[in-house]
Amino acid sequence: MTAAHSAAAPLTETGALLSVRDLRVVFQRRGEPPTVAVDGVSFDVAPGQVVGLVGESGCGKSVTSMAVMRLLPDRGVRVGGSVVMDGVDLLTLSDDEMRRRRGRDLSMVFQDPLTSLNPVIPIGLQVTEVLRRHRGMNKEAARKAAAELLERVGIPDPRRRLDSYPHQLSGGMRQRALIAIALACRPRLLIADEPTTALDVTIQAQILELLKELVRETGAALIMITHDLGVVAGLCETVNVLYGGRIVERAQRHRLFTTPRHPYTHGLLRSIPRLDAPPGEELPAIRGSVVDNLPWADNCAFAPRCPRAVERCVGVSPEEETTGGRLLRCHNPVPASAD
Amino acid sequence: MTATWLDRRRSRIDDLAGGRSLGSEALRRLRREPAAIAGAVIIGLFVVVAAFAPLIAPHDAAQPFPELQENLRPGSIPGPQPGFPLGSDQLGRDFLSRMILASQQTLLVGVLATLIGLAVGVVIGTVAGALGGWVDTVLMRVTDVLLAIPSLLLAISVAALAANPSQTTVIIAVAIVGVPIFARLLRGSMLAQRSSDHVLAATALGVRRPAIVMRHMLPNAIGPVIVQATLTLATAILDAAALSFLGLGDADPGRAEWGLMLAQAQAYLEVRPALAFYPAIAIIVVALGFTLLGESLREALDPKGRR
Repeated sequence: MTAAHSAAAPLTETGALLSVRDLRVVFQRRGEPPTVAVDGVSFDVAPGQVVGLVGESGCGKSVTSMAVMRLLPDRGVRVGGSVVMDGVDLLTLSDDEMRRRRGRDLSMVFQDPLTSLNPVIPIGLQVTEVLRRHRGMNKEAARKAAAELLERVGIPDPRRRLDSYPHQLSGGMRQRALIAIALACRPRLLIADEPTTALDVTIQAQILELLKELVRETGAALIMITHDLGVVAGLCETVNVLYGGRIVERAQRHRLFTTPRHPYTHGLLRSIPRLDAPPGEELPAIRGSVVDNLPWADNCAFAPRCPRAVERCVGVSPEEETTGGRLLRCHNPVPASAD
Repeated sequence: MTATWLDRRRSRIDDLAGGRSLGSEALRRLRREPAAIAGAVIIGLFVVVAAFAPLIAPHDAAQPFPELQENLRPGSIPGPQPGFPLGSDQLGRDFLSRMILASQQTLLVGVLATLIGLAVGVVIGTVAGALGGWVDTVLMRVTDVLLAIPSLLLAISVAALAANPSQTTVIIAVAIVGVPIFARLLRGSMLAQRSSDHVLAATALGVRRPAIVMRHMLPNAIGPVIVQATLTLATAILDAAALSFLGLGDADPGRAEWGLMLAQAQAYLEVRPALAFYPAIAIIVVALGFTLLGESLREALDPKGRR
């Protein structure tokens, strides 16, 4: 917990590597009312910055990342807003142009390292494929580079491992291989969608450490998608807390953890078990689940579960308010002095 | 003792570290399966006999022999005798030689028909599964229609369309029967691949569409189709035999072919049932061989069976 909050102001458009503005993703199924998965999300990522998207299942964090990568299916999905990288709106690019950028300019690491690797071809081929595609390397050069990459992500005996199949590697090794593939062409933006969820705790720590190192080394920006506040605490400079498809609070990590203002963030942090809590004390929890929410349109989606809900929370949708580098969307925030 | 056990474990670990493809893994498991071995032995023998048929056959299969012909009477066909272990056929030719030579026809028709059906089916299945949308709909409705017709009936209808029945029409007819089976099967597993995580991951890395289809989807989807091909070989052989039995095959009565021999033996069933028995057994055994191997292959390639 260093002085991360005193670093660059991340909320300005200038100097941003990626600017997501008013991103809206609506799933439309025939015969069913449309589902708004992401509802006007805006955030910036500066070069080399680590940004967290945090929230529980169904809050829209993965859909946001898929929309940025343009990996959502064409049919049944409407994506609005803009995702600007290098002055170009990724959402308006042709499929071919987008394909050229994927893996080269922006890349992604997925949640489950076993299913995200092709089971029938060796690891090496999956690394060299990207290198040959985007960097135009020939077979030998790509193989050499691939071995170096595997070595860099901490896979022992990388030359032999090039010929291994995914099922022959452990979960941690597979995730290392996936990270090597994602970073093979030195993209300037890496999106990691819960990269440690499928791994056990000791491996989680190793993978996070590796991601941290690699991001620092390559100067890539990282969008970390997670439901794990521990991951956020160890990695992210800026944290966006999502609820029901909207950002409800954004702040520098340090400020978010010490003085959470949104009741949701507050509740999340209070529900982490603490060693210094008195024995026998019940762990605070947020009541209800994300399904019994209200639409944002005229309400606060969190109101039904909110201990601080006031009359206005039902009937008036709270607006984003930015004060002193902190974004907040709440009618009755937790007082800054609380806790 | 501990040392040797440890050494064995270590060498095994070394073996594994180098990587073992799905294919070699499946082969390793096939070798432990008695049914697979039985099937492989039958097919192996059959292929060897077919390949060297002219060398193995004791006599010219097309020539009647005077010593057999002179004993040929209505109501009596010469049986086994020195020099002719299976005796004569209804025209005084060496029955054993004809049986051996006929294996060539069976292998040729079975393999060619299956390969053609496989090739066309794979193309249709890949296109339908990879593109989806209306292309998929159109292609799959056509295969639905073909699948709705009983396979032998379909083969007969196709073969009957040809002006001159020949071996080529048999091959094409049997191939067409196989196409919808392969296409439908592959399309299904291609669709499963399309929504798989590793295809999404490859897309996220900017891999081109054709590379995704050919390198990431097809190799993962092709397994069941390969298995189906070995099973289809068995039915192809049966269908081809049925077509020539029905007179829709090669018009040349001198050509040795098991199905045709079976058809011709009908008239002499009471006189010499062996003329029908041997071709029938040959067809059944070869079909059984391919089925045994196909079934074991299916189990060996099943990822659930992998340790």
